[in-house]
Amino acid sequence: MGGAMVPLEWYIGLSAVIFIIGVAGFMIRKNIIIMLMSIELMLNAVNISLVAFSHYLQDLRGQVMVFFIITVAAAEAAIGLAILVSLFKNKAAVHTDEIIEMKG
Amino acid sequence: MLPKLFFGYFAIVMIALSLAVITRRNPVHSVLWMLVLFFHIAGLYLFLNAEFLAAVQIILYAGAILVLFLFVIMMFNLKEELTAERFIGEWPIGVALGISILMLMFFSMSKITTGPPGQYTIEAIKAETHTKAIGKVLYTEYLFPFEIASLILLIAIVGAIVLAKKRG
Repeated sequence: MGGAMVPLEWYIGLSAVIFIIGVAGFMIRKNIIIMLMSIELMLNAVNISLVAFSHYLQDLRGQVMVFFIITVAAAEAAIGLAILVSLFKNKAAVHTDEIIEMKG
Repeated sequence: MLPKLFFGYFAIVMIALSLAVITRRNPVHSVLWMLVLFFHIAGLYLFLNAEFLAAVQIILYAGAILVLFLFVIMMFNLKEELTAERFIGEWPIGVALGISILMLMFFSMSKITTGPPGQYTIEAIKAETHTKAIGKVLYTEYLFPFEIASLILLIAIVGAIVLAKKRG
């Protein structure tokens, strides 16, 4: 319907920009919660491009792939936040520069 | 013209919201901006004729994952967070790296060639309804990955409980 009147490249460009914002957020922030949210941002950017390709190629496989990505994102958020909770219990730290046990 | 204006609004707002997510000092504000961003992504899915995915986006991302983030943020000391430095010292390197990868993506975007279109035209999906069409593909062609997805969720449940429980 309406979506096909916009060139496919626009969707891919939007997806790329949001993905890169997620990458930059992951690299520059100190707070681990924001870093996890940046990962969610990247996964969502990929979802946008998959749905756009699915619409333009008239194939539902791309949208099925989005389901699996959402599943993995939910699992990743649950595990990541559980790791964060146990880290906070042991060290009371959420900043990456305070976690220096491995002397990296 | 109108679809392009519509897409332009979505693109500008979504990029601004993603920038807000990664730059806000208070993590609660970041989560709330991300909530607005997810609603916009759901709107874009509706625009691309993916109604079921739009509903899943709102129910799962906005309803479950973001609430999980909010719960965890409530456990942390926000007073300290509001005065601490937000970015690492080497942040210009991170931004430069991001911009260079973005350049690479935009240069390679002109080389995209799409394959032959599939059988699910908009009319075919409309005749069958979107949820039924996607369910058919999911439960026939992708049945095995679907089972693996359930296993991944099981591992997530067990792992989260094991990691978060008190040390015995």
